[in-house]
Amino acid sequence: MCLSIPSKVVKIDKENNTAVVDTMGVTRKAGLELIEEGTVEVGDYVLIHIGFVMNKIDEEDALESLKVYNEILEKMDEQERENLVLEDDNCGTRGS
Amino acid sequence: MSELQLKDLYDGFRNPDTIRSLAKQIAREAEKLEAPLRIMEVCGGHTHTIMKYGLPQLLPDSISFIHGPGCPVCIMPKERIDHAIALAKMENTILVTLGDMIRVPGSKTSLAQERAAGYDIRPLYTPADALKIAKENPDKKVIFFAIGFETTTPMTTAVIKATVEQKIKNLFFHINHVLVPPAVDAIMADGKARINAFIGPSHVSVIAGAKIYQPIPLAYRTPVVVSGFEPVDVLQGILMTVRQQVQNRAELEIEYTRSVTMEGNTKAQKLIETYLQPRPHFRWRGIGDIERSALELRPEFAYLDAEKLFGDVLPNEPIDDHKLCICGTILKGLAKPMDCKVFGKACTPNTPLGSCMVSSEGACNAYYRYQGV
Repeated sequence: MCLSIPSKVVKIDKENNTAVVDTMGVTRKAGLELIEEGTVEVGDYVLIHIGFVMNKIDEEDALESLKVYNEILEKMDEQERENLVLEDDNCGTRGS
Repeated sequence: MSELQLKDLYDGFRNPDTIRSLAKQIAREAEKLEAPLRIMEVCGGHTHTIMKYGLPQLLPDSISFIHGPGCPVCIMPKERIDHAIALAKMENTILVTLGDMIRVPGSKTSLAQERAAGYDIRPLYTPADALKIAKENPDKKVIFFAIGFETTTPMTTAVIKATVEQKIKNLFFHINHVLVPPAVDAIMADGKARINAFIGPSHVSVIAGAKIYQPIPLAYRTPVVVSGFEPVDVLQGILMTVRQQVQNRAELEIEYTRSVTMEGNTKAQKLIETYLQPRPHFRWRGIGDIERSALELRPEFAYLDAEKLFGDVLPNEPIDDHKLCICGTILKGLAKPMDCKVFGKACTPNTPLGSCMVSSEGACNAYYRYQGV
């Protein structure tokens, strides 16, 4: 499933041009090569696609989306939750 | 419209009540349609949502779905998969590619079968790992078999950029990136699928911008609504196409305003232009040759191009699908999976004869999974 779960930027590594993001409790690293320098900051919400930040999303929209996803995830245990987040990213392993 | 969207966001993208009430609203407005609405959802992600949530059953008979070619694995012709296999079989080589590609059968075997036979073939979680694998294996050739639509292309070019800048000598690229608009145009120019509205993929548009669809409403007087992947998004996209049709409009509209803009990600677009250019021709599985419908490395980066460097091991004859498989006809919007004699019998997700069954984004796979065959 391509859920497009928003991720929150928790750290930026300027030297390697990567960010550490939190996707509903799952921590991942993502490349910043596709984003204009300085436009993404800690605390921003972004969409991740196959390991890269694809765009920044409006905080209000991101929070609304997260609220919905949280309701779905509340019914799952930790493993299922992690699988769902990873599966969301797998959307890209199909190349679309 | 804006009131409805806000309400839907709070209610949830999958709330059954919201889905039902949207379906009812569509049915009400569809009564005003003068002719049946044949909507092509271009992207396999949308096909998945439509089948999973049984949307065709919720909507009036005047609205039908034509499943489009938007599954990068499904449209890859067998000779390109044979390329990947031939490259993987070269000495001292590691072939890397995105996950779904591994299981697709070429003319004789798949990458998965070749991996089981001992060749070094690795699925990538992210294209960035290709760089890592190349650095960890300096005495081997690492070949990245790159697939995908506009969405995944900039990630490949980010890796090409790093390869050039860091002067990495053992990473090469076999580029199979394809473009959505030429394929849609080919289907419309053919005319047989009689499509009169499009639901456009949102992820492609996040990168390329919704503007890439602008020529379609102009050339074919057909509405295009760029829509997200959740059922509520898809239903809203449908409602917007119904309204356009009823009001005799043919415009490009964005349903997925959460992430899609007209312009898209211009930095990603520039990155693609720097390293890649349109190929004169590319053969799509089932659809056939479409001019300028795929990308290749620019001549100045020929030294990274696996297709050129190792051309002598690559087979070049076009190879057709299994004669019982109608995947190509499905990708053109001219048939449904149930029209295929082998669907659900000789051809299942475990024993796929064609690519529409292999990829989890393929129409046959979605029908098999959600229709309880």
